[in-house]
Amino acid sequence: MPYPPYMEESIRKLEASRQRRMKEEIPLISSDERDIIVRKYHPDYRETGKRKLLLGPNKDETMPEELANQLEGNSRVDPDKVDLSKIGYDVDVLIIGSGGAGLSAALLAQENGAKVLIATKLRLGDSNTIGAEGGTQAADRPNDSPVLHYLDTMGGGHFENVPELVWAMARDAPMAIKWLEDLGVNWDKETDGSMRELELAGECRRRVHSCKDYTGLEVMRVLRDEVRCRDNIDYIEFEPAIELIMDDEGQVAGAILVNLETNELSLVRAKAVIVATGGLGRLHTQGFPTTNHYGATADGLAMAYRVGCSLIYGDSIQYHPTGAVYPLQFVGILITENVRALGGQIINIDGEQVACNLEPRDILASFEIRECTERHKGITTPAGNVGVWEDIPLIDMIHGEGTIARRLPSLVHKFSRFNIDLIHEPVLVYPTLHYQNGGVRMDANSATEVPGLWVPGEVGGGVHGRNRLGGNATLDIYVFGRRAGREATRYAKEVKLGKLTLNHVRQWQKELEWLGIVKERPFSPMLLPNYARQPSDYLADLYTEKLQSGLVKLA
Amino acid sequence: MAEAEVAEKVRMLDIYIMEKHYQVPEGLTIQTALEYCGYRLIRGCGCRGGSCGACATVYNFTHDPTLRYGLACQTAVELDMCVVQIPCFPTAKPIYDIKKLRPTVDQVLGIYPDLATCFGCNNCTQSCPQDIEVMDFMSAALRGDFPAVTAESFECVMCGMCAARCPQGLSPYNIAMLIRRLHGRYLLPKSKHLEEKVKEIEEGKYDAEYEKLRSTPMEELRHIYDERWIEPK
Amino acid sequence: MAEVAEKEKVQMLDIYVMGKRYKVPEGLTIQTALEYCGYHIIRGCGCRAGFCGACGTIYNFTYDPTIRYALGCQKEIEQNMVITQIPFFPATEALYNVEDLEPKEGENKLVELYPDILTCFGCNNCTKTCPQDLEVMEFMSAAIRGDIKRVAELSFDCLICGLCAARCPQGLQPYNVALAARRIYGHYMAPKSQHNLNRVKEIEEGKFNVELEELKKASEAELRKRYAAREIEPAK
Repeated sequence: MPYPPYMEESIRKLEASRQRRMKEEIPLISSDERDIIVRKYHPDYRETGKRKLLLGPNKDETMPEELANQLEGNSRVDPDKVDLSKIGYDVDVLIIGSGGAGLSAALLAQENGAKVLIATKLRLGDSNTIGAEGGTQAADRPNDSPVLHYLDTMGGGHFENVPELVWAMARDAPMAIKWLEDLGVNWDKETDGSMRELELAGECRRRVHSCKDYTGLEVMRVLRDEVRCRDNIDYIEFEPAIELIMDDEGQVAGAILVNLETNELSLVRAKAVIVATGGLGRLHTQGFPTTNHYGATADGLAMAYRVGCSLIYGDSIQYHPTGAVYPLQFVGILITENVRALGGQIINIDGEQVACNLEPRDILASFEIRECTERHKGITTPAGNVGVWEDIPLIDMIHGEGTIARRLPSLVHKFSRFNIDLIHEPVLVYPTLHYQNGGVRMDANSATEVPGLWVPGEVGGGVHGRNRLGGNATLDIYVFGRRAGREATRYAKEVKLGKLTLNHVRQWQKELEWLGIVKERPFSPMLLPNYARQPSDYLADLYTEKLQSGLVKLA
Repeated sequence: MAEAEVAEKVRMLDIYIMEKHYQVPEGLTIQTALEYCGYRLIRGCGCRGGSCGACATVYNFTHDPTLRYGLACQTAVELDMCVVQIPCFPTAKPIYDIKKLRPTVDQVLGIYPDLATCFGCNNCTQSCPQDIEVMDFMSAALRGDFPAVTAESFECVMCGMCAARCPQGLSPYNIAMLIRRLHGRYLLPKSKHLEEKVKEIEEGKYDAEYEKLRSTPMEELRHIYDERWIEPK
Repeated sequence: MAEVAEKEKVQMLDIYVMGKRYKVPEGLTIQTALEYCGYHIIRGCGCRAGFCGACGTIYNFTYDPTIRYALGCQKEIEQNMVITQIPFFPATEALYNVEDLEPKEGENKLVELYPDILTCFGCNNCTKTCPQDLEVMEFMSAAIRGDIKRVAELSFDCLICGLCAARCPQGLQPYNVALAARRIYGHYMAPKSQHNLNRVKEIEEGKFNVELEELKKASEAELRKRYAAREIEPAK
């Protein structure tokens, strides 16, 4: 599906302005100017599609409606019908989720002597990490330092980040890179072995480590392989957690899992629980398409909220400025930030730059929204979506022919399947739901306010403030995953578990009833989005039957 | 009315899902077509962006029996397509300790002895939805050319289709996985600046500077941030 | 108490369904084990008695990667078995009218219908996959030679489960080739039964109409009498 003729016309204008634009330098705007444009155009500041929470630790705070529904959802289990004496798995550390954070935690927990169980919703390793293209920040070059990394991250997050978390991340970063290298990750290097590092938007030094544009995939392949090679790490696939179990001392003490194929429940008793379920892209807040994995449905946020964990910046969502808009099959998928790092500029319908291509994500997203709405300088696709150009061919003009093919093979490959040649043609982009900036409140070891529960990775919040810089997500998961694995094991060796209970679920349902919103709220966690045109519910009777017998409620 | 207009504009395609006939609007991927037909995916759907390998699909056409392979989230549906998603094929996943291996052919053959039985039918290459030259990297593996295996297999999403189609029951994707790890750990030269920085941090070289920033008032911190030196491209 | 005693007797086996581990009592078939685990089988289950070929299953063991094949309803589970049922691989059956397929000297109807069979290079995967233990590769060579009778004989136990096609590196469909061969053989080559042909002719000419009308009108008592008195052919 090559571009239709009317879009080709705009591409001609873009090509005509290339020589001029190669020399044109648009300055970065100041941190004060940033606040202004974000408040005016960023989706986080829209008033529609949001509401106040009616219960739980963040009561009265405003959240995107889709997230609020999950946080205030009905439990999928009936506590009176679950027999807590029937323990299916008894382990030291239970890890829920198997992306970069979950598997890092599993490896460190095992190394420190824990018996580990990983429960995951889809296949082992299925996660947002696997689709992360850009890379991982670590201040390891001689002219760089973890302090500069700290400063960049604070500024990118509008100085609202939790400083201890930022320092933990910046400090541990080079160690995380080395750890992965020792496990056999093939980082991009110069011939002498020095890391070949990229600069991403908002960063004052080149410090992004990549594995071509398959960075997340390469790391996940290795972590998954290593997990499978280790004794004392067991994993269960297609079996997400639907509720945390507490003990009568108020400690998290396990979880209830459901087999997605058979609806069977199983109980895990664990001395420590690490929730590493990632983010919420598949909730499609504000109606945005998403770059996220099929399973990114805020499961961990909902479960942690119900045991009493509060959220920090739960309302702050990252809309990545370069989500694909055309062809239809690619709406919402990510065009890696490396394109911008390599010099790809953002261009309107008349061939003019929209903003400096190295602005942080929320700033550029805001500029794009302004360009396409208020200024009417976007390009509309036949399907009615609107976007601006990202000038990929410019990269070969700047860095020499062959750069695009060498540095962005995955991107070029994907689009060539639909007859779009990114070496010679630009790509149409618009903000797409990419990341949850906030999450469950945690400390520098990713421990929550509730004993026995850790939240490394995207499910945890505070480290990125209200805007995450590129390359800090795949860093955050390894750093806090490793810390959580280590700390949870240390804790598991000392803790004494009391009697298991689901009283927190009983209490929760009572509050929903008291508020009169039981029927208005969905079951949560959502587990999977339902994209089927005609959801097949002819088996609903079967589920109802199981429901009455105290099994699971699949919505 | 509006709906009828849309229906008129959009061409409907006949497709066959596990031999069952459906009509779907053109412009969908195999994945979204399955969902359009009412299938709610559990297995067979992951990142929805061509990176995770969960949705490997075999297809052909009613008018052409040649088997073709693609990722369901990356392949557009076409008229008269017959599609089947294949669940994970049983394969071997040997256990090893990467720290105790050496990057040699003998070690790889010790773990995957069947590698030597490849007779070059090229089915693995034909079946790869990522268009990887699988058979080439299998020969490179036997030759001990691990950089070539790493480079050629780098786009592998580990969907398992090569193993499903190998007449000798090999699992090329697992073999490549082992070799890429050996390459990353042993054959890529080490990064000196990384090792040095790790040492500095562990010795606490930057701690004082951080503490100073930590106690800097916000206004001043903003100023320091705005004025920081930005390395030229 | 009684339950505990019961449990002690039954050994539980570890099996892996599409990579997922379950514990099931020994003695089950792959099919009943799947159901024991909670799978509600839709595709992949048919006659439950080894005739329909719906439940073709691929398996190996955690300790032995060699791929093996079986019908889910016929194969007993074993310790550390890894099981995957795979849906039909896409295969395009040639469309034909058997009336047009009269075998002639110097022609190979099977090659005309399925020209790709000439690309078989004899890897023997088809034979290895067949849960009915048929000599698939051998009947494929017979098909290439045009020996329809041999194909029909060798393939007679085929349940059309499709596993041979799923594993053929050349993308051939041995089971469909064999089906065409059996139909050609049945239509043209198997010796004709003269008495069957005679009877069809007699019935079409109305030879039995009078007698049948008479029986239809008979009272129940008369019918019982004639039923009891009917001549029963002595066993062979």
